[in-house]
Amino acid sequence: MSLEFSAEATKKIEALCERYPTRQPVVLAALHLAQKEHGHLSDDALALVARTLDLPLAHVYGVATFYTMFRRAPAGTNILRVCTNISCMLRGAYDVLAAFEQKLGVKKGGTAGAFTIVEEECLAACANAPAIVCGTRYFLDVTPDQAGAILEELRREPRPEGEVV
Amino acid sequence: MPADRTTKLVTAHFGNNEARTLAGYERMGGYQRLRKALGMKAEDILAEVKASNLRGRGGAGFATGMKWSFVPKDAKTVHLVCNADESEPGTCKDRELIYWDPHLLIEGMVISAYCLRATHNYIYIRGEMMREVAVLQKAIDEAYQRGYLGANILGSGFECHLTVHRGAGAYICGEETALLNSLEGERGQPRLKPPFPAIKGLFGNPTIVNNVETLMNVPFIVDQGGAWFAELGVGRSGGTRTVCVSGHVNKPGVYELPMSITMRELIDDVAGGVWKGRQVKAVIPGGTSMPPLAADELDVLCEFDALMTDERIRPVEVLPGQLFDMGGGRNLRTMAGSGGVVVMDDHTDIPMAVWRIMKFYAHESCGQCTPCREGTGWMEKVARRVAFGQGKPGDVELLATIAHGIAGNTICALGEAAAWPMLGFLTKFRGEFAAKLAGAAA
Ligand SMILES: Cc1cc2nc3c(=O)[nH]c(=O)nc-3n(C[C@H](O)[C@H](O)[C@H](O)COP(=O)(O)O)c2cc1C
Ligand code: SF4
Ligand code: FES
Repeated sequence: MSLEFSAEATKKIEALCERYPTRQPVVLAALHLAQKEHGHLSDDALALVARTLDLPLAHVYGVATFYTMFRRAPAGTNILRVCTNISCMLRGAYDVLAAFEQKLGVKKGGTAGAFTIVEEECLAACANAPAIVCGTRYFLDVTPDQAGAILEELRREPRPEGEVV
Repeated sequence: MPADRTTKLVTAHFGNNEARTLAGYERMGGYQRLRKALGMKAEDILAEVKASNLRGRGGAGFATGMKWSFVPKDAKTVHLVCNADESEPGTCKDRELIYWDPHLLIEGMVISAYCLRATHNYIYIRGEMMREVAVLQKAIDEAYQRGYLGANILGSGFECHLTVHRGAGAYICGEETALLNSLEGERGQPRLKPPFPAIKGLFGNPTIVNNVETLMNVPFIVDQGGAWFAELGVGRSGGTRTVCVSGHVNKPGVYELPMSITMRELIDDVAGGVWKGRQVKAVIPGGTSMPPLAADELDVLCEFDALMTDERIRPVEVLPGQLFDMGGGRNLRTMAGSGGVVVMDDHTDIPMAVWRIMKFYAHESCGQCTPCREGTGWMEKVARRVAFGQGKPGDVELLATIAHGIAGNTICALGEAAAWPMLGFLTKFRGEFAAKLAGAAA
């Protein structure tokens, strides 16, 4: 199936292309936009980006598979990025991760309804460890018993990553 | 005058939500230093930056003025790139600096770009920092509207453009040449150096890559002079330092401090001491890539040269009695790195902490060099079995041998970033690894 970008995304991409000497540097932004509009980076979404920027599909595929935020499969609306790196681990991040896994009934990497749990590397919020980011919302100094309330808040007010692209 | 604990430059606006808006920032004197800079000659600004002893806050502590002076004088197109990829575990200052004071970064970048004659410039920001991307983009839009960015800045004839380039999840993109590849729309794999970016960088043009905090210091240098900035610091390190204290302390936080503070004062006075009334076991002084300090090595200054050379810090060994050679017979003690100070109390399971650190590097290796790709993977596997009580006799020596085989044999410094902490923790906490192995054998 041939996918398209919305008019708004197309405008964004063209404006960004003005800011570099060639179109290739815009591939990351275009992939972020494709993921926002089409949910994940299917083969068709990669082809859309390649076509839009006049790039070989192989190049777009190579870029899309290098960066961890790009996903080739669907995910929940809320991507819970739970840091377990050193500063967070020292303050109980693995228990926090386990609490979310238990509440949602899936393991890290899995999706349950509107939520996907990702075990994340350091989020640059180490002074407020354990830290979680979901879109533009940070959850800081998190304890395992807050898992339910955090999920509740995100059900009321989802934080899709596509909020910012 | 040397800085004291009340001296605040880059963190002066922390906690003040007004500084984030252009109007608020201007009320606090914002962009006046840009006006001053535009009335100066580029070479005079460079002279002030050199005199300031400003050193890079991104990890290596390289002298900023010297780096800038590597740009060929006759270069037609030069770029300035801000490294806002902050992903070194234990480091959380750049994210906060951008969140609280985005216009200070913009002002610092326009002044620096004017000095470097750089017209098309970029901020490479980590993909996961979604809130900060939004804050920064809004600030840039405002700055364009008011003529602090654009074709003819404040009527000076200087043209300066700033574009936010968002990453998408890859620690390695913090390494400056990987960052440039990522900016060019490639996979974020490091380039062989030389050529260094200052000679041949973004789109083949001379390019200066500087950390967020480094660039935010430039307006203060233009305002009060290089000599003033140098005097704030200690020895060859000018200005203040922003450190991120995390782990087992009562008051974790991002603190701007004088270079003259010791690690012990930082932990006990500033960060409120070790939590639960416990003692320190180990401290990572500058992000996980740096070898740790043991509890009896905390009276050293949190300053670039002191952490590298103070003889009270025991040098890192490959095996007991065999010192690690940094090249040219130099010892490795530790480094100020990215300012990420991670405190571990006396209940910490060191092999477990080391395994988590190794898991990170194994995950983040870009895979180009065999010693790094394979070595970080092996270190993670062996460290894991040791940590979880399934180690085999000889595993400690095996870890040291793998680490030693990586360091110095790779394209970029991620190899060292994984090898140094491995060797450092083994040097200072060998007994804990041995105890795990003894437990496994029993
Ligand atoms: C693996 C690796 C990761 C790095 N990550 C960062 C980073 O996230 N932010 C940063 O400013 N510098 C990082 N650096 C250092 C940069 O390569 C570069 O030296 C720095 O941005 C230069 O800026 P400065 O001179 O202002 O410190 C990293 C280096 C390596 C080897
Ligand atoms: S040292 Fe590691 S991260 Fe750096 S280029 Fe080689 S494989 Fe990639
Ligand atoms: S280690 Fe978790 S945010 Fe830095």
